[in-house]
Amino acid sequence: MRLTTFQKALWAAAGLACLAYGTWVLVADPATPPRAEAAFRPVFSLPDAEGRIRTEADFAGKHLLMFFGFTSCPDVCPTTLSEVAQVMDDLGSDADKVQPIFISVDPVRDRRLGLAAYTSAFHPAILGLAGDEVQTRAAAESFHIYFERQDDPAAPDGYTMSHSPALYLIGPDGDWLRQFAYGTPASDILNDLRSRL
Amino acid sequence: MRTPILAALLSLVGLPALACETFTIGNLMIEHAWSRATIGAERPGVLYVEITNTGSADDALVGIATPVAGMPMLHETVVTDGVASMPHAMSVPVPAGQTVALAPGGYHGMLMGLTTTLKEGEGFPVTLTFRDAGEVTVPVEVLSMRAEGPDCEHAGQ
Ligand SMILES: [Cu+2]
Repeated sequence: MRLTTFQKALWAAAGLACLAYGTWVLVADPATPPRAEAAFRPVFSLPDAEGRIRTEADFAGKHLLMFFGFTSCPDVCPTTLSEVAQVMDDLGSDADKVQPIFISVDPVRDRRLGLAAYTSAFHPAILGLAGDEVQTRAAAESFHIYFERQDDPAAPDGYTMSHSPALYLIGPDGDWLRQFAYGTPASDILNDLRSRL
Repeated sequence: MRTPILAALLSLVGLPALACETFTIGNLMIEHAWSRATIGAERPGVLYVEITNTGSADDALVGIATPVAGMPMLHETVVTDGVASMPHAMSVPVPAGQTVALAPGGYHGMLMGLTTTLKEGEGFPVTLTFRDAGEVTVPVEVLSMRAEGPDCEHAGQ
């Protein structure tokens, strides 16, 4: 029953988005990242904890390990951030070639609760970004990922978020390389990264 | 601020590797009850536990209660068409002869309305209510935010 409601909401959101933006891929397909004539280069422009705008251009030359989530998420998000933290530890001297980035899909609340304290509790290398609604939506669309606020009277502040839980790997020249599905073991991510560094 | 009772409950923690002990009620074995540390009490906490039904009749986990959360609930993380959400679960089936895990990425206890920060190395009690077996209270071990489960092989149980 709740699934039906959720699916309806998905379709409603999809309809609106298509009207507004023409083409909007609702959910990234794990096997086939969107392809165009040129390489697929997702972009973002979002403030960090100090309010400095960070974009993909700031990290040219590094691999980016990107994740969209929210900090009031006790199950999915800690699992993925723990894996990212483990990967960063295990990369050793290659760790400075990889920048992990956590983009909040719940930016207002996450700024209030403290995004940097949360991400650094997993690993100090993880950079947390939290923008406004427009910046966040733009980044999500560029990455072809989905997120949505869901009302839930039992949840803190009366809502929770659904979101694409995968990790995205961007290359040193900004090209989309691949995604790691939710639950991919840290060792698999590490091996993939090592083969590229 | 902790009440004296809560402080007493939280202090049942000096015991090492709480999560590696086994508790039983009827034909149910309860093991590996753990949680992740939180930063403050504003974000929800989580509860994971394994339940083995050694009997020949199905049962179900229908509720959780703990002094550290005003609104604890059973949730299930589901990933549908590449989108993760966590709807409420009315109950978690515990079929005869099977082990059911509340574990990362699946069923979990969602501890909303925390009354205290959950600190690594501490513990708290949780009362599990089963449809048929009734209630059992077990200690939950708070592991680090990065933990993916208790490490019971090295616990010398
Ligand atoms: Cu939950």
